[in-house]
Amino acid sequence: MSARLAGRLFMGAVGVLLAAPVVVLAGVSLNAKKTLVFPPEGLSLSWYTDIVTDDGWRSALVASLTVATLSAAIAVLVALPIAWFLWRRIFPLAEIVRGLGLAPFILPPVITALGFLSFWATAGFYGQGFTVLVSHGIFLVALPLVTLSMGFGSIDREIVEAGATMGADDRTLLRTVILPLMTPYVVSGYAFAFVLSLNEYIIAYMTVGFTVETLPIKVFNSLRYGYTPTMAAVAVVFVGLAALVFGLIARFGDLRRLLGALDHRT
Amino acid sequence: MTDLTLQNVTKSFGHVKAVDGVDLTVPGGTFVCLLGPSGCGKTTLLRMIAGLEDPTEGRIRLGEEDLTAVPAHRRGFGMVFQSLALFPHLTVAENIGYPLRIRGRPKAEVRRRAEDLLDLVQLSGYGDRSVARLSGGQRQRVAIARALAFEPRLFLLDEPLSALDAKLREAMQVELRQLQRRLGITTIVVTHDQREAMTMADMVVVMSGGRIRQADVPSRVYRHPADAFVADFIGSSNLVEAVAAPGGLKVPGGTIPGLSCPGGRCTLSIRPEDLTLTLGEAHIRGTVTFVRDLGATVETFVDAEGVTLVSAAQPSDRPAVEPGAAVGLTVDVAKAVVLP
Amino acid sequence: MRREAPRSAADFLPIALPAAVLGVFFLIPFGIMLAVSFFKRVQGGFYEPDFVLDNYARFLSAFFGGVLGFSVLLAGLVSLVAVAIALPFTHRLARMRPRAQVAWLVGLLSVLSLSEVIIGFAWSTLLSKTAGVTNLLVFAGIIEESFSLSPSFGAVLTAMVYQAFPYSVLVLYPALVRLDPSLDEAARTLGASPLRAFFTVVLPALRRTIVATLILVFVFALGSYLIPQMLGRPQHWTISVLVTDQAIYQSNMPFAAAMAVFLMLACLALIALAGLVGREREAIR
Repeated sequence: MSARLAGRLFMGAVGVLLAAPVVVLAGVSLNAKKTLVFPPEGLSLSWYTDIVTDDGWRSALVASLTVATLSAAIAVLVALPIAWFLWRRIFPLAEIVRGLGLAPFILPPVITALGFLSFWATAGFYGQGFTVLVSHGIFLVALPLVTLSMGFGSIDREIVEAGATMGADDRTLLRTVILPLMTPYVVSGYAFAFVLSLNEYIIAYMTVGFTVETLPIKVFNSLRYGYTPTMAAVAVVFVGLAALVFGLIARFGDLRRLLGALDHRT
Repeated sequence: MTDLTLQNVTKSFGHVKAVDGVDLTVPGGTFVCLLGPSGCGKTTLLRMIAGLEDPTEGRIRLGEEDLTAVPAHRRGFGMVFQSLALFPHLTVAENIGYPLRIRGRPKAEVRRRAEDLLDLVQLSGYGDRSVARLSGGQRQRVAIARALAFEPRLFLLDEPLSALDAKLREAMQVELRQLQRRLGITTIVVTHDQREAMTMADMVVVMSGGRIRQADVPSRVYRHPADAFVADFIGSSNLVEAVAAPGGLKVPGGTIPGLSCPGGRCTLSIRPEDLTLTLGEAHIRGTVTFVRDLGATVETFVDAEGVTLVSAAQPSDRPAVEPGAAVGLTVDVAKAVVLP
Repeated sequence: MRREAPRSAADFLPIALPAAVLGVFFLIPFGIMLAVSFFKRVQGGFYEPDFVLDNYARFLSAFFGGVLGFSVLLAGLVSLVAVAIALPFTHRLARMRPRAQVAWLVGLLSVLSLSEVIIGFAWSTLLSKTAGVTNLLVFAGIIEESFSLSPSFGAVLTAMVYQAFPYSVLVLYPALVRLDPSLDEAARTLGASPLRAFFTVVLPALRRTIVATLILVFVFALGSYLIPQMLGRPQHWTISVLVTDQAIYQSNMPFAAAMAVFLMLACLALIALAGLVGREREAIR
């Protein structure tokens, strides 16, 4: 077998294995009856519509979307000034703050979740809705922090200097040069945080698991209390949404560079 | 046109003096080149003139106006950066129109001016292009047009042609000079290429180690270098150790009549074209080690008592000698320069 | 807008505010968790402020030792397998046309972003009796009746490798995409087949990156809190599972906190180690 063919088969095999669970989920989600069968016996899209028509699933969907939208915004709002300061100023101690921003995300999620649980319990707010917003917001800071740092790092300082020699003061430079160049990084940082918040289970569970049901929590609960293909439908929607968001980032931004490549070919 | 005056301008980074006590007057309307090897301080000096760096000591004046404390965005100097620094998120016309747009000029005026400048740099019709799709030479012109858009008082360029290939570079040198003459704007160019400086400048400022070695018109810098560094940096030169002797100066390989050294010992600078290869009577005798045929000129490397001397001449003006042959070198005494 | 040190108080604002936010919502929670780890557990699900080392003393028990040992073994195995597959994969990925790379990266990111709940659910479905792969074998006539492949160690391992694989690829990607192709090419012109070149030139050049990646994926795998529960039996539970179990179902916060503190310190140390190790030398030009 030629090396090239072997290589292609290898990549193909990995691709199949990566996609297999998703394919099975998709198949299972289309099953007409409320049973876990693959290939599906009889096709039905009712489980997908269930997500919006069934009260329980719909409120979980709304909860997840709300938390994702707001906590991703919080993450960006915390990350932006940090990334800006690190680029704008020389102040080595600020790297500690960068470490603090990255830490909740790099550590195993159970640790962060437990930390928040202790915190909110001690503070007396345990179970209240806003706690998951703050917790996710802090947890996800790492993502926009990384994309924004990369974004600032990619700004050629001579471009800023050129603007200055042409008469732009600091505020004008910010408005006409820096912000336009940073927009794709802000957007992709928000998008990453959004998708991850949507999927996040353990922190949500440990902070508001008993009062608010997000989609991942509801999926897990459904596993214990009774199987329904709606779970699979939710999973497929999640994958689809993630693919859509990352696809959009790839389309409008430079995904390869965001992930570490140095050159930018299209 | 007002003169730019630099008075004792110094820039220190810790213990290192990147620029050391520079005094310079740039007459209004002239084309000046800051010339020197990398690390000599020429770019730092330019950046201080632009206001992108603050001098540790000294003052920078334009006419009567003391600009030392004035921030870059208020000096009104147009600058072209070595990396060109074009805004990637704006089109060619938007780049050129940027300085006018931020000054609040109406859109129609901005558009018109951008088009005029595109004509000036011979890029008419390129206004709506994205800067990423331009060639090196085209980007160069956009950078120049942009820096000139707001009719600056001074035009500063940092190694503007270093990214271009040789042929394009030579063409741009001429264009830049012609542009400057047409606009009459005081221009300061930083370069490490001495041929570029000699081509374009009214005044060449040779720098090394943060100091000015010589500031003068190109021909005088070439013919009367102030010291060994300038002699060697501008064009190529034979630098030989000379000792006073009866009737002239003793150099490796012979004696040169008609020259003298203050203090008995000195360095002599002789341009290759002032050193003639001859098979007959000569000042210096030696052996040919290498011949470099460059087409229009032929360079002959001669070893005289361990020192290599280079003689350059047109092919028709030199005897045909091969490596290993014994030859003589005659010095054009009038052109030889005694250096301190 | 020059890059210089901050001077006035206003200059410090952009870093001071987020620092305060992170201090309150990250440092304090961990401080509290650290404190709770020393508290005394009270029957009935509460704990009272105290300073006892009981919780940490339980680390010395055989039970905990067993769980710790298993966790390390499992995470280590997952890391080895995931990175072993990810290396040749990412090597090929990095040399594809940019468009193909982007397509794969979108797919990998989508899988990576999946909740552990969903991955666990997906694999339990894939390994189940009624909807799983064994049905394919029945269809092909190899076996008579389908059966469930979980709960089992193999199921846990497979699902965890699936979860860790995209992460491994993304950690390796920057190094492999920046790798000087002329290293590989030089080896080939000297007579090495592509496979040989890979093993004798590319891998050694990436030694440090590989070690750092193994460490980071190890830390990542330690964080699996649901898959061992969903696809394994109690003997397959890892520390992360134990932490969740103790915190939620056994209402033993102090012990859970102690384990979490231990886990956190270990992970921080490992991440620091990975950072130190992962500095690669460049090809000599």
